[in-house]
Amino acid sequence: MSDPMVVFDRVSKSYGALEVLKGINLEVAPGEVLSLIGPSGSGKSTLLRCVNHLERIDSGAITVDGELIGYRQVGNLAYELPEKLIARQRARIAMVFQNFNLFGHMTVLENVIEAPTQVLGVPRRHAEEHAAAILERVGLGDKLTSYPRMLSGGQQQRVAIARALAMKPKLILFDEPTSALDPELVGEVLDVMRALAEEGMTMMVVTHEMAFARDVCHRVAFMDGGKIVECGPPGEVLANPSHERTRTFLSKVN
Amino acid sequence: MDVSSPSPAPSNENQTDQPPLLTYVPIRGYGRKAAAIVLAAILLSFLVSIAGNDNFGWPVVGQYLFDDRIMSGLFLTSWLTVVTMVIGVVLGTILAIMAMSTNNVISFVANTYLWFFRGTPVLVQLIFWYNLAALFPDLSIGIPFTSLWVSIDTNVAITPVMAAILGLGLNEGAYMSEIIRSGLMSVDSGQRQAAKSLGMTNGKSLWRIVIPQAMPIIIPPTGNQTIGMLKTSSLVSVIALSDLLYSAQTIYSRNFQTIPLLIVACIWYLTATSILTAIQSRIERHYGRSLLQTDAPVRWRLFRSS
Ligand SMILES: Nc1ncnc2c1ncn2[C@@H]1O[C@H](COP(=O)(O)OP(=O)(O)OP(=O)(O)O)[C@@H](O)[C@H]1O
Ligand SMILES: [Mg+2]
Repeated sequence: MSDPMVVFDRVSKSYGALEVLKGINLEVAPGEVLSLIGPSGSGKSTLLRCVNHLERIDSGAITVDGELIGYRQVGNLAYELPEKLIARQRARIAMVFQNFNLFGHMTVLENVIEAPTQVLGVPRRHAEEHAAAILERVGLGDKLTSYPRMLSGGQQQRVAIARALAMKPKLILFDEPTSALDPELVGEVLDVMRALAEEGMTMMVVTHEMAFARDVCHRVAFMDGGKIVECGPPGEVLANPSHERTRTFLSKVN
Repeated sequence: MDVSSPSPAPSNENQTDQPPLLTYVPIRGYGRKAAAIVLAAILLSFLVSIAGNDNFGWPVVGQYLFDDRIMSGLFLTSWLTVVTMVIGVVLGTILAIMAMSTNNVISFVANTYLWFFRGTPVLVQLIFWYNLAALFPDLSIGIPFTSLWVSIDTNVAITPVMAAILGLGLNEGAYMSEIIRSGLMSVDSGQRQAAKSLGMTNGKSLWRIVIPQAMPIIIPPTGNQTIGMLKTSSLVSVIALSDLLYSAQTIYSRNFQTIPLLIVACIWYLTATSILTAIQSRIERHYGRSLLQTDAPVRWRLFRSS
């Protein structure tokens, strides 16, 4: 097997006295789609947000593509990186949010070319062509000049995915990408994600869509109380869980 | 990938026994029309009575409207307003960012500044700057504990114009800071997170993502402040500067044509206000374009051909 894309090594994190992540060990292989499931407050979002250093971890280490995230290691010491270098790491780790977070003052096309032009320095014309191609792929080729507030939730989330893809990421983090959508719009977003999975994109997906976890993801990690209780192929974790807590959770969501 | 297109809605076949469609008659609004006519009549008679009233001294107004002293006063008032508002906006932005800092010392400094400059009359601040030489005869700048110091006579550095710029500009910074802070806070924190996750630095996300979206909140009160400054700047007459109002006062103190000269000043204040209002609405339109229910104009060469 090739080197893992993401490695969590004994990662812990607290908010004040509340320990949210308790010694997480996890590896994600390149091209793997891993879904994170678990009850509310179990630390799924926090885990995801640590991967691109939106949250600081207290101990342990996270590496993406062999690079320590957020810090520079010198012997046993890890110095936090200056803002610019952290930004450079984040540029290749895309994130898709529950509330889309599209830039409201920019058109769909401007949303997608913003980071390539401003962060990667891609010439505008080049970025526009690339963006138009990606938007075509997610089925929004006719919405380039629309503003986000004129789009449906499903369309907005597809723009957000296109915005993520425009950065040619090594890894995409999805935090409940369909939770804010009306039920009939969930499908169009999941279809886009399924296509990405088939193309071999590495993805970590926090989701409540059990069907998606079962059909698309290579592995499912069940989190509870800041720990990964079990992690394995969906056939095992979802169909035949070995832990009581997993069983209780699954019986509630199904 | 799945691009589902909506299927056409089932069309209602016209059935012959349906009742005919209603014809809608909009409300007439006679009351509103009557009120408008009455208001217009009152306004007109008011204007006629002013225009026909010799006590207003309209010929004197005409005579002094473009007087050299009035013109130079108008010039001072105009550029002083522009300069102090620029200082106010720049300083206000810095203070707003400082006030929102998670570092307690930094936010404390910003809040203390606000407390002092909003808490004392701007007239006092103007006089204070004007008389700075009495407090600090020399102004020095340099690196402490070294010989790298530059020192100048306060009376040379703080001319009346300088005192006016400092007094009005530093005061305005405090007020603008609160306006800008409320604008920045109105932008959802998810916007900054998205910008961060795309690899933008704090500075870039502030400049490209947060500030443009704060603008619709910031502009209307900033317009108010600018128009207010137009008139507040007349306080500089206490430090011997001849602004628009003071120029009018100087003239009527000699010829006793008080009302006509005040009218002259008001005509120019209103003109300047009209220009500022027009500028404001242009800027508002620019930043409000994403709120319109239309697509952006197609201005990309790339897509025009397709
Ligand atoms: N910024 C914060 N400050 C303090 N506590 C926080 C913060 N963010 C999250 N928490 C707490 O950390 C715990 C884990 O939060 P997290 O958002 O990771 O849960 P989650 O598994 O994503 O839940 P959900 O399914 O509801 O999104 C929760 O108890 C939450 O209250
Ligand atoms: Mg969450």
